[in-house]
Amino acid sequence: MNVQALPMHRFIDHDGNLISQLPNWADLETLVGFYQDMVLTRVYDNKAVALQRTGKLGTYPSHLGAEAIGIAVGQALKSSDVFIPYYRDMAAMWCRGIGMEKNLQYWGGDERGSDFAPQGSPIASRDLPFCVPIATQCTHAVGVASALKIQGNHEAALVMCGDGATSKGDFLESINCAGAWNIPLVFVVNNNQWAISVPRRLQCAAEFLSEKAKGAGIPGITVDGNDVVAVYDATITALERARKGKGATLIEAISYRLSDHTTADDATRYRNEDEVQTAWQYEPIRRLKAFLINQGIWHDEQELRWQEQCKEQVELAVERYFNMPNQAPETGFDFLYESLPQELHAQRDALINKSMRMQGGKHG
Amino acid sequence: MAELTLVEAVNLALHHEMEHDPNVVLLGEDVGDNGGVFRATVGLKQKYGLKRVIDTPLAEALIGGVAVGMATQGLRPVAEFQFQGFISPAMEHLICHAARMRNRTRGRLTCPAVFRAPFGGGIHAPEHHSESVEAFFAHTAGFKVVVPSSPQRAYGLLLAAIRSNDPVMFFEPKRIYRTVKSEVVDNGKALPLDTCFTLRKGRDITLVTWGACVVESLQAAQTLSNQGIEAEVIDLASIKPIDTATIFHSLEKTGRLLVVHEASKTCGVGAELLARTAEHAMCLLKAPPKRVTGMDTVMPYYRNEDYYMIQEQDIVLAARELVEGWK
Repeated sequence: MNVQALPMHRFIDHDGNLISQLPNWADLETLVGFYQDMVLTRVYDNKAVALQRTGKLGTYPSHLGAEAIGIAVGQALKSSDVFIPYYRDMAAMWCRGIGMEKNLQYWGGDERGSDFAPQGSPIASRDLPFCVPIATQCTHAVGVASALKIQGNHEAALVMCGDGATSKGDFLESINCAGAWNIPLVFVVNNNQWAISVPRRLQCAAEFLSEKAKGAGIPGITVDGNDVVAVYDATITALERARKGKGATLIEAISYRLSDHTTADDATRYRNEDEVQTAWQYEPIRRLKAFLINQGIWHDEQELRWQEQCKEQVELAVERYFNMPNQAPETGFDFLYESLPQELHAQRDALINKSMRMQGGKHG
Repeated sequence: MAELTLVEAVNLALHHEMEHDPNVVLLGEDVGDNGGVFRATVGLKQKYGLKRVIDTPLAEALIGGVAVGMATQGLRPVAEFQFQGFISPAMEHLICHAARMRNRTRGRLTCPAVFRAPFGGGIHAPEHHSESVEAFFAHTAGFKVVVPSSPQRAYGLLLAAIRSNDPVMFFEPKRIYRTVKSEVVDNGKALPLDTCFTLRKGRDITLVTWGACVVESLQAAQTLSNQGIEAEVIDLASIKPIDTATIFHSLEKTGRLLVVHEASKTCGVGAELLARTAEHAMCLLKAPPKRVTGMDTVMPYYRNEDYYMIQEQDIVLAARELVEGWK
């Protein structure tokens, strides 16, 4: 069954037809901006995969097919909100002012990729780094949203996870608690149909993952995750509700993971190629482009120019990534504690000596 | 000055710090109106309200994760796990996130949280209520691990733990929660988190211990003294980092090391103390270092519990063997 074709909260269908009147916020210029961001996301993603294939980046989780969700969420968040991302959230993080080179830095094996210090991005300086252990970020988000409520600010937190995460206790404990505590928190599930090799139907018997909200006593909505208008619309509504003190919302955004799980995965081992080909008919960029062309606000010429600009922008980010000097090896000790316990000084010194030996006498 | 039990001293420290730092919040199961199953948080919700003393749903992983999230946003959460035996669901949050937040973000975000849990056996509790697993946390980079063993030290160490800008695992020896009463000065003075406490001076043997075993160790020292053996008794208190300097200083005098802990022997913190002594203080020793510890078994149900608990006599026998066998 192609769940992407089911009726759900949707404005633009997979052929780019408007099937429901656009919300008030959705003027064409805004949609062109979203479209450009989504194209940039894809150009970046292709480049990141290429960097991994050529040995210039570590294991990387592709965002192919998740562009609408990432950009919608990133644009819906206000600078005063707190974002708690998962590892397929480069697009939303980029919207928060975190440069693409930071994402490359993280997947390139450098902890500084999660340092969004105020000078790097004032917007994201309170945002959490993404969690590799699945669904753990959901409980942190409950803590963040509780802190916002305790501190009495009209801010909201938003946490993202995948469909696989909704099987985990952490997710269920979190939506349950968010309901009980009436905290300003929005859960967005990128339901891309696959938890590595386990398809959605084997993960959960519910028709929609948003139904889990019912047991938590919070509203749950399923939206077309390939329709940036639908995702943005649901997200700003849920965030506004949260900021007004009306509590948490669960948004299930249905998409499709057009890529392997990560560059270390080979989806042809477990996934039918026909299914993937069908999914390409529903992907988020194709439909928005068709819609904008139909509206007469986007043309092939602009497309070519924008593609070129995206490539330039991505290349500049890659250059910045390549030019980042390594951290000194002993920095592994320098952020363990506020100040290093006495007993670890000898280990740190030993590490410096070892690294000098391995570098042939040169240090740093 | 009031005479308080250890658990009352914990409560006093929480009152003091909540009074003086509005960012301190408590969370856990039954910590609110019930005041905690051991009454460690009694009176706090009434005084500071439900926004700062938070009854969580019955979900330990959630408690761990929520504290991590709160701590990243400027609060100082003190999370209670009802028993150390119930901490396992939260291990992912403690190990993967609390202990790593500073490192993962290169110092941008930190986790100034305290995770409290009563631990240890000897109170005839049901299954899963008697564990001593401080070594799990001592093995994990990023934590400080603290075990108080007197009311005043519970007060001072908990203040220090709450004020620490790094996550602290704070394990309270529940067997002596109410057995000792002593004067506690509510002076807001924190004790150091990297120093052990010499409770008794002695020239013949160094007993290093922590938690409830401090009681039997001090009793053993008295018995030994009656038999002409003077034991120095050190309360380790800080399980991580370890104040080896004080221990080695004592060994310079005694030359004999006996470590006493309730946790299992293999890979227990005693093993680390013996290893460090072997690596750095071998030449100070007159006798092979020794351990009196819990068994490498599951804690038995309570009918046989006493056989597995460390008795004063166990310590006396081991100490005499070390002193009399190695003149």
